Amino acid sequence: MAEDVSYTVEQVKSKISEAFPTAVKFESKTKPRRLFMTADKGSLLNLAKMMKEQLGFDQCSLVTGVDRCDRMQAVYHLTSYTSNITAEIVVDLPRDNPEVDSIAPLWGGANWHEREAYDMFGIIFKGHPKLERLLLPADYTFFPMRKDCDKGRD
Amino acid sequence: MDLSAYPNAIAMSAKEFVAWSTNVMDDIVRATGVKKALDKTMDPLLNWGVRNSMYPLHFGIACCALEMAACSGPRYDNERLGLVFRSSPRQCDVLLVNGWVTKKLRPSLRRLYEEMPEPKWTIAMGECAISGGPWYDSYNVVQGVDTFIPVDVYIPGCPPRPEALIDGFLKLHQKIKKSKIGAFMED
Repeated sequence: MAEDVSYTVEQVKSKISEAFPTAVKFESKTKPRRLFMTADKGSLLNLAKMMKEQLGFDQCSLVTGVDRCDRMQAVYHLTSYTSNITAEIVVDLPRDNPEVDSIAPLWGGANWHEREAYDMFGIIFKGHPKLERLLLPADYTFFPMRKDCDKGRD
Repeated sequence: MDLSAYPNAIAMSAKEFVAWSTNVMDDIVRATGVKKALDKTMDPLLNWGVRNSMYPLHFGIACCALEMAACSGPRYDNERLGLVFRSSPRQCDVLLVNGWVTKKLRPSLRRLYEEMPEPKWTIAMGECAISGGPWYDSYNVVQGVDTFIPVDVYIPGCPPRPEALIDGFLKLHQKIKKSKIGAFMED
């Protein structure tokens, strides 16, 4: 379970870079009590597991997608209440096969976030308990938030 | 008056007897002028009763629902007009659609409309319910409630003020007043 210990941003940073020396890259932009990083899609689940179980990030407040035209991105916001730190993880995914491991088993709140990201962007979360359309009717064949979706724009 | 079947009434099936006796009663009531008298007295009375106890379905979708709520608050007090919001379609006679109807909501709304007993009316409140409003040509918003439910009164506005909502119901009053809802038999 999560340790009830408060960490500073620097401590979290060093612990993560220790465990994932190549897979996780920290971004140069800084904000108080915020942490920005990009992760490989293969190591995302392990990173999330470590952040939850060792660093005490107890809430997943956001999962969404971004369409960068040449690639898709999945964005996660994880918060630790004891350390009062919010970490943003960005995972690059190939546009033709945007698959990433689901973190819904770790944080129950990620369940609907991931379903919505699937509904809007078509990102496939492997291991999600019920990856179906959430906001749109089940028989829709397109993902409206993708840049190349032209439904209703003609 | 068709009394030719009268001697054979004993040999009729129940269904035939009901049809025959209904016809006979109908003819008698018409011929003696009782129907006219009944309609003249009862139609205005029933019509008045229906008009002044309209139960809209308590079904708010979007921003217009806040105007609906304000309308039932103390400042506008729609209960003085007999408008009482009910939360079950089985006891409602007005479907007040306020807000955008997404394509996912459409089957449920149609079902609610079909669950309401006759006679029933529909009011489309606000731009979204009338024509899709700001969601023009959208991929997930229905372009007007009248594409799948017959609408009696349109209340324009985005959102319409509670006065406009009350005015819409008064327009519906006028429509019901002309509809001969209290007449007992077809002419």
